[in-house]
Amino acid sequence: MSDVLIKIRDLHFSRGDRKIFDGISLDIPRHGITAIMGPSGTGKTTLLKLIGGQLTPDQGLIEVDGLNVHQLSTAKLFELRQRMGMLFQSGALLTDLSVFENVAYPLREHTKLNEAMIRHMVLLKLNAVGLRGAADLAPAELSGGMARRVALARAMALDPMMIMYDEPFTGQDPISMGVLVSLISELNKALNICSIVVSHDVPETLSIAQYVHIISAGKIVESGSPDDLRNSQSAWTHQFVHGDADGPVHFHYPASPLLDDLYEE
Amino acid sequence: MIDKIQHLGAITLHSFQRLGRASLFLFGVLASSASLVARPRLLIKQLYAVGVQTLLIIIVAGLFVGMVMALQSYYALIDFGAEDSVGVMVALALLRELGPVITALLFAGRAGSALTAEIGLMKATEQLSGMEMMAVNPMKRIIAPRFIAGFISMPLLATIFSAVGVIGAYVVAVEMLGLDSGAFWSQPQNKVDLYLDIYNGIIKSIVFGFVVTWIAVFEGYDCLPTSEGLAQATTRTVVHSSLAILFLDFVLTALMFTK
Amino acid sequence: MTSRKIEILVGLFVAAAIAAFFMLAMSISNMSSYGDGEKYELKARFDNVGGLKVRSPVSAGGVRIGRVTDIQYNSETYEAVVSMAIDQQYNKFPVDTAASILTSGLLGEQFVGFVPGAEEDYLKAGDIIDLTQSAIVLEEIIGQFIYSQANEEE
Repeated sequence: MSDVLIKIRDLHFSRGDRKIFDGISLDIPRHGITAIMGPSGTGKTTLLKLIGGQLTPDQGLIEVDGLNVHQLSTAKLFELRQRMGMLFQSGALLTDLSVFENVAYPLREHTKLNEAMIRHMVLLKLNAVGLRGAADLAPAELSGGMARRVALARAMALDPMMIMYDEPFTGQDPISMGVLVSLISELNKALNICSIVVSHDVPETLSIAQYVHIISAGKIVESGSPDDLRNSQSAWTHQFVHGDADGPVHFHYPASPLLDDLYEE
Repeated sequence: MIDKIQHLGAITLHSFQRLGRASLFLFGVLASSASLVARPRLLIKQLYAVGVQTLLIIIVAGLFVGMVMALQSYYALIDFGAEDSVGVMVALALLRELGPVITALLFAGRAGSALTAEIGLMKATEQLSGMEMMAVNPMKRIIAPRFIAGFISMPLLATIFSAVGVIGAYVVAVEMLGLDSGAFWSQPQNKVDLYLDIYNGIIKSIVFGFVVTWIAVFEGYDCLPTSEGLAQATTRTVVHSSLAILFLDFVLTALMFTK
Repeated sequence: MTSRKIEILVGLFVAAAIAAFFMLAMSISNMSSYGDGEKYELKARFDNVGGLKVRSPVSAGGVRIGRVTDIQYNSETYEAVVSMAIDQQYNKFPVDTAASILTSGLLGEQFVGFVPGAEEDYLKAGDIIDLTQSAIVLEEIIGQFIYSQANEEE
């Protein structure tokens, strides 16, 4: 078993006329948390969907656990997906099922466990995210942070080899943000799996990630450990990591000089 | 001028693209439907949502349509001394046209729009995507049960509509207007044909059910996952379904009832 | 809602639809004239069938005994051949039975009426009735009436 779980080589992808990835290559190790960061709209979520096989690249290769995702038959792809967990930004819980049934869903779909075993496993997973008490609630009764934790329990239901987190911290209050940060970090330690966190929340992500890749304008700008990035020499990375208002990325959207605009007539 | 022609071309191309996507989608749904045999529960749940929940409006509408038809045809026929034919007139109108058509229109408004909104919202909230990532095919779990349920429910609803309509007509004609109850039932028995009228009416409703549900689930699946996209898709479901029903009704009537 | 409740409601829905279908089929359609019991076929030649159609009733003494299944034109004998399916229970029509095309009411639909003869032998399946009276065509009668009136005045 190699140490690399996901291998991406020369990935090109565009949506309409807009190029989203312009030749990205990176490796994601089998264990530990890898963060993929970048400003909004750089296609970080798209990257997860490419890895999950929901989108097909224009060019390039994505291998997960030695399998080329985009050349698998549907059946094989579905088999591979059972070993992937994905946490969507909204949680993507099935709204017509209770919390318990949501977590039980992948088990019922993909295993032949009896009801007692399913109950056992679901309660354990829910306990791990601290929501065993919420098992009978409907998804609509949960707060955003709780919905994500339920979705996390569901993503773990089949004991996957990797979990992909799509913007897990966005729009959370500080408490649920803290809960999610420590959950992701602790679960990864406990399960010793591969976690991929896509985010633009810099301090939280840097605090738990072991490897960080920064993407901008379709290319990888910089890779390294969190400390490497904090001390980066690149002005762009510095601006992104520290959140400066002005820098290589200007505060102003490109425009003609203000005076020209004001005295146009 | 050139702009207008370009606009026309763009609309045409866009329509054909959608038609192509809808056809591919239909094949996908039909191919996925076989798996329902193994999971009848999914289908039963949708039969409840699509069929049972539409039943009330169908019964109420059928009752009133039958009553109005009886009243109107009574006043039209009494001038010719032919008021005994109220039963025949209402029965034929309901079985051949009103039953299938009004049921389908109500079905599009009640169940079709709900299907579009539900599937569209599932798409917008990433539930469909989430299922795919859980290695569950949403075509099999979400789309196919809804499609088949709609397809099965429509003829059932249309039959109930016609039957309730006849009962409504009976109430008005016999109980209120005092027609002879024997004439009310016996005249249709001579004129209404099991195959020509009843079966053809059911065939119509099956065709309508197929088309309405197809449009509804496709619009939901194909909608832009935003509030406006969802609103537009729901509107399109009702408008396109209604137009398709009326157009197909003409075609089917021409095929069935002319020699 | 529990799945048991849903299943019961769906079951009721389907049952209601089936009941509705049988109500329509039994009480307002001619289903009773289909399929119940054996039938045998008779044919009759007419000079003119008027407005007779396939599925028009066949009756004897005002009682419905069968229906028209086919109407053909024989271009050798220049006659219309009407095929009728008669209920097996009415299988004792003498061979000299007459068939005529009648109209129910002044403007009603047309039907075939049987008037039994007196022979001892009965008509069998596939037999042809020769004693026939064609449909009365209203226009012809009115034409004849006007013509005869005109003749009288001369």
